Amino acid sequence: MGPRGLGLLALLAALSPRSAAASGPALWPLPLSVRTTPRALHVSRENFSVSHDPASSAGPSCALLQEAFRRYHGYIFNLDKSQHGPAKRNSAVELKQLLVSVVLDSECDLYPNVTSDESYSLVVKAPVAFLKANRVWGALRGLETFSQLIYQDSYGTFTINECNIIDSPRFPHRGILIDTARHFLPIKSILKTLDAMAFNKFNVLHWHIVDDQSFPYQSVTFPELSNKGSYSLSHVYTPSDVHTVIEYARLRGIRVIPEFDSPGHTQSWGKGQKNLLTPCYNGHKQSETFGPINPILNSTYSFLSQLFKEVSAVFPDQFIHLGGDEVEFKCWESNPEIRDFMKWKGFGGDYKKLESFYVQKVLDIASTVNKGAIVWQEVFDDHVKLQPGTIVQVWKFQSYSEEQAQVTAAGFPVILSAPWYLDWISYGQDWKGYYKVDPLDFSGSPEQKKLVMGGEACLWGEYVDATNLTPRLWPRASAIGERLWSHSNVKDLEDAYNRLTVHRCRMVSRGIAAEPLYTGYCNH
Amino acid sequence: MFLINKTEIEDFPRFSHRGLLLDTSRHYLPLTTIMDTLDAMAYNKFNVFHWHLVDDSSFPYDSYTFPELTRKGSYNPATHIYTAQDVKMVIEYARLRGIRVLAEFDTPGHTLSWGPGVPGLLTPCYSGSHPSGTFGPVNPILNSTYEFMSSFFLEVSSVFPDFYLHLGGDEVDFTCWKSNPDIQNFMKEKGFGSDFKQLESYYIQTLLNIVSAYDKGYVVWQEVFDNNVKVRPDTIIQVWREEMPVHYAKEMELITKAGFRALLSAPWYLNHITYGPDWSEIYMVEPLEFKGSPQQKALVIGGEACMWGEYVDSTNLAPRLWPRAGAVAERLWSNKLVTNLDSAFKRLTEFRCELLRRGVQAQPLNVGYCEQEFEQT
Repeated sequence: MGPRGLGLLALLAALSPRSAAASGPALWPLPLSVRTTPRALHVSRENFSVSHDPASSAGPSCALLQEAFRRYHGYIFNLDKSQHGPAKRNSAVELKQLLVSVVLDSECDLYPNVTSDESYSLVVKAPVAFLKANRVWGALRGLETFSQLIYQDSYGTFTINECNIIDSPRFPHRGILIDTARHFLPIKSILKTLDAMAFNKFNVLHWHIVDDQSFPYQSVTFPELSNKGSYSLSHVYTPSDVHTVIEYARLRGIRVIPEFDSPGHTQSWGKGQKNLLTPCYNGHKQSETFGPINPILNSTYSFLSQLFKEVSAVFPDQFIHLGGDEVEFKCWESNPEIRDFMKWKGFGGDYKKLESFYVQKVLDIASTVNKGAIVWQEVFDDHVKLQPGTIVQVWKFQSYSEEQAQVTAAGFPVILSAPWYLDWISYGQDWKGYYKVDPLDFSGSPEQKKLVMGGEACLWGEYVDATNLTPRLWPRASAIGERLWSHSNVKDLEDAYNRLTVHRCRMVSRGIAAEPLYTGYCNH
Repeated sequence: MFLINKTEIEDFPRFSHRGLLLDTSRHYLPLTTIMDTLDAMAYNKFNVFHWHLVDDSSFPYDSYTFPELTRKGSYNPATHIYTAQDVKMVIEYARLRGIRVLAEFDTPGHTLSWGPGVPGLLTPCYSGSHPSGTFGPVNPILNSTYEFMSSFFLEVSSVFPDFYLHLGGDEVDFTCWKSNPDIQNFMKEKGFGSDFKQLESYYIQTLLNIVSAYDKGYVVWQEVFDNNVKVRPDTIIQVWREEMPVHYAKEMELITKAGFRALLSAPWYLNHITYGPDWSEIYMVEPLEFKGSPQQKALVIGGEACMWGEYVDSTNLAPRLWPRAGAVAERLWSNKLVTNLDSAFKRLTEFRCELLRRGVQAQPLNVGYCEQEFEQT
């Protein structure tokens, strides 16, 4: 959260985080500051255009913005099912143009990261509206907000009220976790999820790509991993597929953080990589089963080095998620070679020390390939020596606030997921519970609170695939999106309900099958 | 190459009424959604489509006798209605699949959306001695009410060809009736005291007589039986309450002991979602597990899986219905002894992939995959 080029405006922003009560457009997530007027302007599908301000540091060569202009024109005007525009009323004042201006170096061809500036300001007045942002990332967020301001009046005319918006996110890490190991998710489904994320200003796709059940990631270095580990040869993400996802995300200002979870959750890895997993023993005999990755063999680490070297080249984000959750010790305990190793190392009977030994080596590998690491909370809980800057993801529901306090007290950044496991469905309006969570609701100093980078809504895949992913994610994840973007005092459930129902209908009209919040209807 | 093994099968259903309820009032369901559901029902050998057409939230049924009902009661009279043509199409689409359409027009409660189109139909509630501006159930003391119901159900009886109509009768809230002075007087006149169940009874009996005159049989929700309404012996009672006033198995016992036919829905409210594979609890329900003679048990004609619409519309209906409703379908079709969960899991998982192949957006039962995933191409 570095210095902003819009400093003075940011000061103004701190004053009024609530929008004026204007019926018509419903904004989600609610921007930091919205000052709206009753002065309505008309927008004509034929005449209106989004263009680069001549003073902008970005221009027509910025593919990211060109694509966004085209996309948002579609979102705004394709609402109208009629073939021709409705008759324009004489007294109407028209909004002819939206000029987009990027103030600092645009970063147009770069990948977003956790420090990317997503702030923007939007001034809507006739005849030209101005969207100003320090970087293209803010321009993307501003375009989404702008598209939410336009509505059709009772004559079907596209209308927007003159207004002034200043906006920037409360937390820089606002993510969605998808699980493509328990069920394969076709690329189309992942891309749709990225679209919906952009509508909700989410900026991280945490791709839990492999796990026990299947290994769909096609590795160039180790092709047998997916040849033997995927559900079938058609349930695979080729390098081209992965690249498609990463670029599609980038164009929406979304980071893609892959997770290659180990040493547990790796059954599928053993199918294509012999001698990677620990052989479990029944007494003195090898049983036919395998456990977590075998931490005592050099071959394990040479394999992991090569795999992560490839992964770090394929995925451009600065961070990689190394997992480290739910390591079962029984199989390690049963293996005589591992017991010998424990003795030799002086670990006694404490297998957490062995886990620690493994995870530290994987963290070193990650450093070697110049990636920052994110780990699940067990890695911290089990006292693995972590490099400063390693991010800990808090996922266990019980006492998660205390966990946040402990992790930040130790100086590590936190991503909160514990109260936001969207795969845990129940009857009724559970979005309210997600909305009520405050990520800073734990005992700690201001310095500790600054270490909370944000959070992630997790949609684990045991019971989820492309048939039910979208309605299960949206609009429930939207509640989390606002909690992570908007000011902490945006808490009114009734206002949230009113805006979220409109936002949900908007998502449906944009092709996202977001389920209803409650009884009612959409206007199409 | 497609193959089929030489096989001999003899089959017939255990229960004759195997239904699915859809609620098109809380959320409007487009025709395509209804027809897709009928297709999936056919794949599962469901044979009754219980169409809960209208309720408090909206009145999408396009009545030709009372067009104002739809004009004022639907969410949007241009887009969120079922025209006579639509209804005909659904009935025929169902018929071609051997599926009956059981239409439900629930009264006297669950009728708020009827009010705007028929002024005077609903009971005006009172705050002390003045009308509060809000309305309650259908007003049971006015002749106009019964004239309306006569005309309305004449239309409904001719539009829906099935012998049975579902007349609802559930969850009648007495507070509004209690508050209304005219109704208080009527109660005195009739000698009902303060027992509003008798007023409810009075309404429903009159309604049942109206509908019988049109040569229709009727299905009602269990409250009609619980509240001692005098109904014809061939009335079918639908059991939907899990614990109140008694456990549903006990309710089945009481209903069949009184000689009425029963339909089971209580353990099959598919709109009640939870985390995990709940299909197995749904599957393990045994409809005849209650104390009773063989004659009583014979009065259980089947059951219905219910998908109430408070949180459901076409964005999430199919994955929420399938394959979970399949568990109900097998319970109602197959032999009582077919209860092995491992076998059911194996077959239902394969069946789910087959549903996908046929274009049904059925969700997964557990981890795994299908050869052709949904939206893969």
